[in-house]
Amino acid sequence: MNKNYFQIIRGGINTTFQDQGRKNLYHIGIPFSGAMDKRNYLIANKLVGNNFDAPIIEFAYQGPLLKYFGKKINIAISGDVNFKINKNSNEINGKCYQSIVLENGDELDIISTNKSVYGYLAIGAQLKLKYQWSSCSINTKANIGANDGRKLEKNQEIEISKINEHLINKKLDYLNSKIEKIRVIKGTNFDYFSEEGKKIFFEKEFTVSKLSDRMGMRLEGSKIENIVDTNIKSEGLIKGVIQVPADGNPIIMLSDHGTIGGYPKIGVVISADYDKLVQLTPGSKIKFKEVNLTSAENLFRLYELETQNLISQI
Amino acid sequence: MIKNISNLGDAALYCDFGGEVNKEINTEVIKYFKSIKEENIPGINNLTPSYNKLIISFDLKKTDYKNLKKIIENFDINTYEDLKSKKVEIPICCDESLGLDIKRLEKILNTDREKIYENFFKINFFCYMTGFIAGMPFLGDLDINMRVKRLETPRVKVPKGSVGITEQFANIYTFESPGGWNIIGNTPLSIFDKTKETDPNLINPGDTVVFKNITKDQFQNYNE
Repeated sequence: MNKNYFQIIRGGINTTFQDQGRKNLYHIGIPFSGAMDKRNYLIANKLVGNNFDAPIIEFAYQGPLLKYFGKKINIAISGDVNFKINKNSNEINGKCYQSIVLENGDELDIISTNKSVYGYLAIGAQLKLKYQWSSCSINTKANIGANDGRKLEKNQEIEISKINEHLINKKLDYLNSKIEKIRVIKGTNFDYFSEEGKKIFFEKEFTVSKLSDRMGMRLEGSKIENIVDTNIKSEGLIKGVIQVPADGNPIIMLSDHGTIGGYPKIGVVISADYDKLVQLTPGSKIKFKEVNLTSAENLFRLYELETQNLISQI
Repeated sequence: MIKNISNLGDAALYCDFGGEVNKEINTEVIKYFKSIKEENIPGINNLTPSYNKLIISFDLKKTDYKNLKKIIENFDINTYEDLKSKKVEIPICCDESLGLDIKRLEKILNTDREKIYENFFKINFFCYMTGFIAGMPFLGDLDINMRVKRLETPRVKVPKGSVGITEQFANIYTFESPGGWNIIGNTPLSIFDKTKETDPNLINPGDTVVFKNITKDQFQNYNE
């Protein structure tokens, strides 16, 4: 028996393979994709001894239930995740941010994320996956990436081509903090909105809507009134752009966003706040705070430094 | 020429070529896009050309706004004899089962479908850009008397291959997607092929596109 694999018993809500995403394809309409929360992606991979661009299993809200068949293997889970490991008939409560060894027949039950959206399961191995444009990231809207661009479902197998040579035992003390103020830079159509609308944007609270996914996060709250035009000539988008359509409710573009859009852009979320933004669950209350470009760049450097520090502790 | 460069967030340049939408301005955008792409400037993640804007997004770990702005401001675009564009013929079937909005359009435009299609099929369309969803071409320009707004309530699912019109433009839904364009027909031709990594799009910016009417029988038995 040389085949090592995971059997998917329950797929979870939105379970996909992700990596660093794919570049240089916006002009043909293909978004970046990749792990939504980059910091947790990198940490999980380090905890099992993988390269930083290794494929990972991303899940949202409820994760998969997997049964493992094969030789001993490392896994690690990052995020704020509630999970269990069933060994023979023993049930062990899982801990995030540490390497775990799974043996033949073990079951990994990723029950739920706590007060957050995404969690990550890194497997200390090379997985047998299809790459498209140098990335395995699954984009379920365009059906691009591994698994024919579809989310993982029950009865499928996750095939392993090579288990990492050494089993490791690592741990990180890390607590995900929740963000309440999302820092933004004013958008290119900021002046399309009424004085009242601009005030609402920076002073009022917004609620994350249930209609949020890897493409975008819809917000609800006081309507932001547009006084110039509710449409612009369609132009490029990037992740973090906040568009306001005619109904006055902002939409934030996330990693699988459409590459072109025709709604005015009121702001753009700064790069340093993106990982925490995507973790906001429906119903969360948020406020926007304006920063200038220099501060945004400095905040990103700080955030990167912090991520590097965390990784070097592993 | 680029009229103004500003920042879109902390990780993208917003290059503005003006407010108008026409072939001349768009050709300038495409020339910039192609030249910058060929140059492989370190740190650039993506280039998104559109009617009259070019968005250059970058990796903030490798470069920043100030640095990249200087490079783009001093950038000499390549002189292209032409844009190596091609002419593509797209067969479409206009049977009412596929031209979902033709009845509505007859009312809105106050004319009959024969006139609408006659007008549509005589146009040599210019591809301004591709995107929104993978491979979707934005084609122009429709005659003034053919221009209509989007549907007030967009469809949740527009069938793959649908050909739609809105304002001065036509587009093709490369796969099933939500959308609000007025659907007048459907093509059996594959416009986006994800298995072709080097050139997945049948239609690229700068290309000329003409549509050809086919019967329902030809549509059903279409073989690429």
